[in-house]
Amino acid sequence: MMRPVVSARGLSLRYRDVVALDAVDLDLPGGCMVGLIGPDGVGKSSLLSLIAGARALQDGELRVLGGDMRERRHRESAVPRIAYMPQGLGKSLYPTLSVFENVDFFGRLFGHGRRERERRIAELLQATGLAPFADRPAAKLSGGMKQKLGLCCALIHDPELLILDEPTTGIDPLSRRQFWQLIGAIRAQRPGMSVLVATAYMDEAAGFDFLVAMDAGRVLATGSPRELLARTGARSLEAAFIGLRYGAGAVPVRPVEHAPRPRVDDNDIAIEAENLTKRFGDFTAVDRVNLRIPRGEIFGFLGSNGCGKTTTMKMLTGLLPATEGRVWLFGKELDPHDLETRRRVGYMSQSFSLYSELTVRENLVLHARLFQLPRAEIPARVARLAERFELTEVLDQLPGALSLGQRQRLSLAVAMLHEPEMLILDEPTSGVDPAARDAFWDILVELSRRDRVTIFVSTHFMNEAERCDRISLMHAGRVLVSGTPRELMAQRGVDSLEDAFIAYLEEAVEEAALGPVMPALAATVEPTAPRRGFDWRRMYSYARREALELRRDPIRAALALLGSVILMLVIGYGISMDVEDLRFAVLDRDQTTVSRDYVHSIAGSRYFIERPPILDDAELDRRMRAGEISLAIEIPPGFARRLARGDPVEIGAWIDGSMPMRAETVSGYVQGIHAHWLAERAALAGGSRQPTAPVEIETRFRYNPDVKSLVAMVPAMIPLLLMLIPAMLTSLSVVREKELGSIVNFYVTPGTRLEFLLGKQLPYIGLAMLNFLLLFLMAITLFGVPMTGSFLTLALAALLYVVSATGLGLLFSSFMRSQIAAIFATAILTILPAVQFSGLIDPVSSLEGLGRLIGEAYPTTHFLTIARGTFSKALGFGDLSASFVPLLLAAPVILGLAVALLRKQER
Amino acid sequence: MRLSNVLHLGVKELRSLSRDPLLFALILFAFTVSVYTAATAMPETLHEVPIAIVDEDQSPLSGRIAGAFYPPYFQPPTLIAHSEMDPRLDAGLDTFALVIPPEFQRDLLAGRRPQLQLNVDATRVSQAFTGSGYVQAIVSGEVEEFLRRHRAGAAAPVELALRNRFNPALRQGWFGAIAEVVSNVTMIAIILAGAALIREREHGTIEHLLVMPVTPAEIMVSKIWAMGLVVFVAVAFSLTVVVEGWLGVPVAGSIGLFLLGAALHIFACTTLGIFLATVARSMPQFGLLLILTMLPMQTLSGGMTPRESMPELVQQLMLVAPTTHYIALSEAILFRGAEFSMVWPQLLALVVIGVALFLLSLGQFRKSLA
Repeated sequence: MMRPVVSARGLSLRYRDVVALDAVDLDLPGGCMVGLIGPDGVGKSSLLSLIAGARALQDGELRVLGGDMRERRHRESAVPRIAYMPQGLGKSLYPTLSVFENVDFFGRLFGHGRRERERRIAELLQATGLAPFADRPAAKLSGGMKQKLGLCCALIHDPELLILDEPTTGIDPLSRRQFWQLIGAIRAQRPGMSVLVATAYMDEAAGFDFLVAMDAGRVLATGSPRELLARTGARSLEAAFIGLRYGAGAVPVRPVEHAPRPRVDDNDIAIEAENLTKRFGDFTAVDRVNLRIPRGEIFGFLGSNGCGKTTTMKMLTGLLPATEGRVWLFGKELDPHDLETRRRVGYMSQSFSLYSELTVRENLVLHARLFQLPRAEIPARVARLAERFELTEVLDQLPGALSLGQRQRLSLAVAMLHEPEMLILDEPTSGVDPAARDAFWDILVELSRRDRVTIFVSTHFMNEAERCDRISLMHAGRVLVSGTPRELMAQRGVDSLEDAFIAYLEEAVEEAALGPVMPALAATVEPTAPRRGFDWRRMYSYARREALELRRDPIRAALALLGSVILMLVIGYGISMDVEDLRFAVLDRDQTTVSRDYVHSIAGSRYFIERPPILDDAELDRRMRAGEISLAIEIPPGFARRLARGDPVEIGAWIDGSMPMRAETVSGYVQGIHAHWLAERAALAGGSRQPTAPVEIETRFRYNPDVKSLVAMVPAMIPLLLMLIPAMLTSLSVVREKELGSIVNFYVTPGTRLEFLLGKQLPYIGLAMLNFLLLFLMAITLFGVPMTGSFLTLALAALLYVVSATGLGLLFSSFMRSQIAAIFATAILTILPAVQFSGLIDPVSSLEGLGRLIGEAYPTTHFLTIARGTFSKALGFGDLSASFVPLLLAAPVILGLAVALLRKQER
Repeated sequence: MRLSNVLHLGVKELRSLSRDPLLFALILFAFTVSVYTAATAMPETLHEVPIAIVDEDQSPLSGRIAGAFYPPYFQPPTLIAHSEMDPRLDAGLDTFALVIPPEFQRDLLAGRRPQLQLNVDATRVSQAFTGSGYVQAIVSGEVEEFLRRHRAGAAAPVELALRNRFNPALRQGWFGAIAEVVSNVTMIAIILAGAALIREREHGTIEHLLVMPVTPAEIMVSKIWAMGLVVFVAVAFSLTVVVEGWLGVPVAGSIGLFLLGAALHIFACTTLGIFLATVARSMPQFGLLLILTMLPMQTLSGGMTPRESMPELVQQLMLVAPTTHYIALSEAILFRGAEFSMVWPQLLALVVIGVALFLLSLGQFRKSLA
């Protein structure tokens, strides 16, 4: 045995109040295959993620590759020598990127030069048989191909330690066999490499060099498979494990029982499908499938990943409408809107699709209520199911804290909650440990035999397939063969169902066979140690990936560009300070020509529109309160007479003050019109000389001589839009990876936080600058706002500004936990300051309180000054340098905060 | 539609929400700090306006004029040299610069009608308009009073008595607080309902619901009531505690009527959120759509600038937005004490918009699942 590659002392890990690892002491030998075995939820994944450096240590000591994983310096040098494939099919891949681009991203991250990278990628894709699919997006690969691609990504940098967390869970037997052949071939070329695998398949584990049996966060035993068998005196690993867990002499696993096929009534058909076909565009996912399943039968559905099993099942449940063909359930043609049928069917989808924000108990109770189970029965039913599926201890946990297997059991419990007559189960036991699977199948058999429940189930486990009454083998959308397990084995002349399955598949396979592992792959140059500190190439690889993802989602980029153009149009024209067409009405108690003349002078101006006259005080009050009029003029009785006599007389003007800006404007207009009317009367009277003002005030409206709102608003729209849209674009970029799982790549690869964030930011800065040019062109052409100052100054400021704006989005993204919260934070924390506190309407210098402080610091304020200065005031860089200082400061401060809040390990 | 399903699914939404403390903190922030800040930051239309005076006369009269500008309308004037004027205006330090020429007082007393020059930064439209009128009025007033001491003058024959109703001092803060409440209600209702639906789709739970005896309408209604309830409670709290209590804005009309309006508006906005969620394919797309709908609603519904000032087309277009009606309604009830008989058209409009969006998104929702 070589020196230990991993050694742990007193290693513990807790998620809130759940203990995942409990004082683990462990030494793993290097240069061989090490397997972690044990039921779900015993801490295998937690241990692997600690070893990979993806999760931060809590208690205890962990040394990997000869150094302490608690020390950052060691992690930085160790991480590039480790490769980690987390649990879940394709979870660490980027679904919109192609096969080549996925591997290429990791190659760039590890700093390979172009030729080196291309050579490695070519060899890896060749070896895994993925070469013909290099251009296919990862999302469109089958499960087996996804895992092979994950392996390519993991192997690109010649790791010394390869960590695989249940790599073959949910993969069909053929792909599984190929996967291990591939690992074997690679190990043959690189004898020094250590491989650490968690697996639920005991037959896989039997071939490993060294095993670690785990239970309840502790290590039960370590040793080679032979040692473990010898120690427990068991004949199979499964039995050995049970012996280790419950002590020697415990009941061994029962051999698979073949319950006799029930007598079925061939006229009592539960599921019937005729020429069922589904096409997505020109891709035929399901091709003329015919099924006839009598009530009470367990019908197994087998086939490689992506062959159309899930699509078929979805069509049977009515989730997907069939392109062609018909389906009958219980003899009635399928109607997706028929709620009664839904009540008779239980469905479990392949991926976990329960509420991760509700506890196990809450999930169960919610579904019980939706199925309208009698209220009083619910607690008992939930308790019974929890016991049956061994969920009692985790009833009040959130599903996120559970292992994959426990989550599958929860899904199953939910599907069976309402005791349906038919169960449609899509890979229900994927990721569930063998003992729990056995227990689950006992339940299925019981349901089928005792309650005559019809069960339609897909699986990759051959020992499960053997327990089915009949099975169908599907490939590329077509059913290859159907029959009882015995019939199928007999037809191929083999004595295991797995061999039969592989034989059928190999005949029809599209997936290219594995290529040879080229010697060159192993004999590559010594991997260069990754540069510490900031590395441009790594940043570029993040930027490149983000740009590719942006390009694959053209709707987003189009929304950003087109959306800002539309907003500029609507708001640019819409916001205006020129108040016109104000409604007013008159309460004329005089009713003389003079009073009517006064009213005409108001009604005649372009600012006011006259409404029907007011008759009394009550009406005045009512119409103003209803908001029908903004201004009411009250002319007192005897107005004309008193005016003629020169007695003092007063006209009342009532203004609706609920919107202060409008009220101020109205009051200005009324005063002006009033003064004008008086002057005209005086002039008309002719006699007295019109009194002229003693002083003349010449008002010069600068920068915007016509005081046009457009000239003021259009340049101001650019800063507003360049804040809101770029911030929203980046605000999901990190948190989305957290929610969907690919963030783990960042945890276990050498990139630094700054490289990661800057890389993500770059494409959006580019997009935002494009946006800037577009808006600028609109302003000068469409709106005809003259650009009087220096364009270069404006463009430079715009660049600094969008760095801040995109940085702000990243900042929210780096510490928010859900996408909703990130959207929310971005909306609240950009719209309010940018619209209200940055001088769009009211200058910052006039604001008060907290709003003033925010306004002074917010980047929009300063870019707004620059935008208005360069557009309208003919200013250049020298004049505006004072506004550049805050912009220059904002970008690094924001990014620095984002870096500080982003974590490089999961906690 | 089964009410029990709607109830249980809605309770589920509330449970989910309670598991995201950050989100909760954000809602609280939006309805307290954010409203308070917006209300207290908003200046009166003329408030602390920065003004500079170039006094080349240095006479008692010019001193009087400079002394006539004081808070709250103006900041105490900065006395500057003529050469400083342009750079200061360029840098946006002053909105107004008043130039008093040499020998101003002497020319005035001699009846030579001297000329003052008022420079206005007209890019600050809001202050430029009203402010220049004020400056002229203040200067004329000072000049006239100065002259009156030298020779008697006659009062104007007709007085115009201006009275501002409902908000006599034209306190912008009152309006700002209400406008902010309205805009936060809108934003939060859209985000909560829309994002809740998208999350169900991204996590595959919607599929699960649809194999159960649950209809799309039930799913939608459950989200509308649950998220609506959260926003409704937040609005009621914000209005009574923050706006009325903390900020001391007097509420003229019936709070009950206002809350009825709020409930209808929340209904319209949650359905709008769900509609956006059925259009968007992913959360990032939803985020962008949110900005694209929020921004016009924020700026063009009459909460920021009067609707009367907008082009006819924009005014008509904005009638589709629930915020337009809600702002009109809030103004009427909270400031003018309007009663049901006066605001029913707005209430009706909100119901119509809400129902139309609901039917539209129901159709879209069914289609997006197919």
